[in-house]
Amino acid sequence: MQSVTELLSWLEATWLAEFIRESEWAFPAVESVHVIALALVIGTISIVDLRLLGLASTNRVYSELARQVLPWTWGAFGLAAISGTLMFISQPQTYLGNVAFRIKFALMFVAGVNMLVFQLITSRDASKWDRDAAAPLAGRIAATLSLAFWIAIVFFGRRIGFTTMPA
Amino acid sequence: MLALAQWLEHTSVSQEIQKAPWLIPLLQTTHIIAIAMVLSSVLMIELRIVGVGKSLSMTQTSARYAPWLWTGLVLLAATGLGLIVGEPKRALPNPAFQIKMLMLAVTLAVALAFQTSLRRNLAFWEGHSLGRKLTGGFAVIVFFLWCAIAVAGRWIAYVHNA
Repeated sequence: MQSVTELLSWLEATWLAEFIRESEWAFPAVESVHVIALALVIGTISIVDLRLLGLASTNRVYSELARQVLPWTWGAFGLAAISGTLMFISQPQTYLGNVAFRIKFALMFVAGVNMLVFQLITSRDASKWDRDAAAPLAGRIAATLSLAFWIAIVFFGRRIGFTTMPA
Repeated sequence: MLALAQWLEHTSVSQEIQKAPWLIPLLQTTHIIAIAMVLSSVLMIELRIVGVGKSLSMTQTSARYAPWLWTGLVLLAATGLGLIVGEPKRALPNPAFQIKMLMLAVTLAVALAFQTSLRRNLAFWEGHSLGRKLTGGFAVIVFFLWCAIAVAGRWIAYVHNA
């Protein structure tokens, strides 16, 4: 635990963290990138989830749609992770102690587990239901959970800004 | 604008929104989800115009994403209106908000003009290589215009009223 605190203090003291904290425009600029990136993460994930549920793109083969859309999801996720990290290092102690921040990361963890279970187990036999209007029950459950988790992640993410004092 | 904001602030609708502390965060969350709908739909349509993912025709792509784009825009307008009525002084006189609305008008005009021209002059836009390059260029510009509107929106929280 001691080393975590040390690491955070070190992070907070780096010139980059100081710049984001002190600059008039750096934090809003990074936050703007974060909003665009997360919007693309959630929008593109929803395209795949709605396909699994049989609610949209039902005329398309599931795995082909996923192959086309998911690289954009991952690219946007990378951008959201980088911009998120930059915001985090500006005040790491404040964020770690923030309840909304903790709930958001717990939700991101379960959303990640849900995705892994789907990718590693459920979608292994995707070739069998690729062309069906909707995925089998396990796939539909994964899609519903994914939509619910990501909407909740947005809610708690936005909440962080209401419950922390800007630097 | 300030006078309008002052009047709005005292209307009963505004008072109600101000009284419910959970309403503004909820409206903002819905606003962000709607941004996700719009930006992702625009991305999918522009990618098809640029020529990525040709498994769907242009017409099919538009039929798949245009309704979500419009639903997202309506949702943005509705939640945005709620946010303005709830905190009129934060938005209306704010330069970031005013720039955002100006950019929204320009983007809508550019996007609609581009779409109409695409439909009418298909031979030019899809024909020779110059037309194709122009189409791709316009598609990229329209996508970034939508992103710029979201950026201006986030800046409302940081720009203080003149």
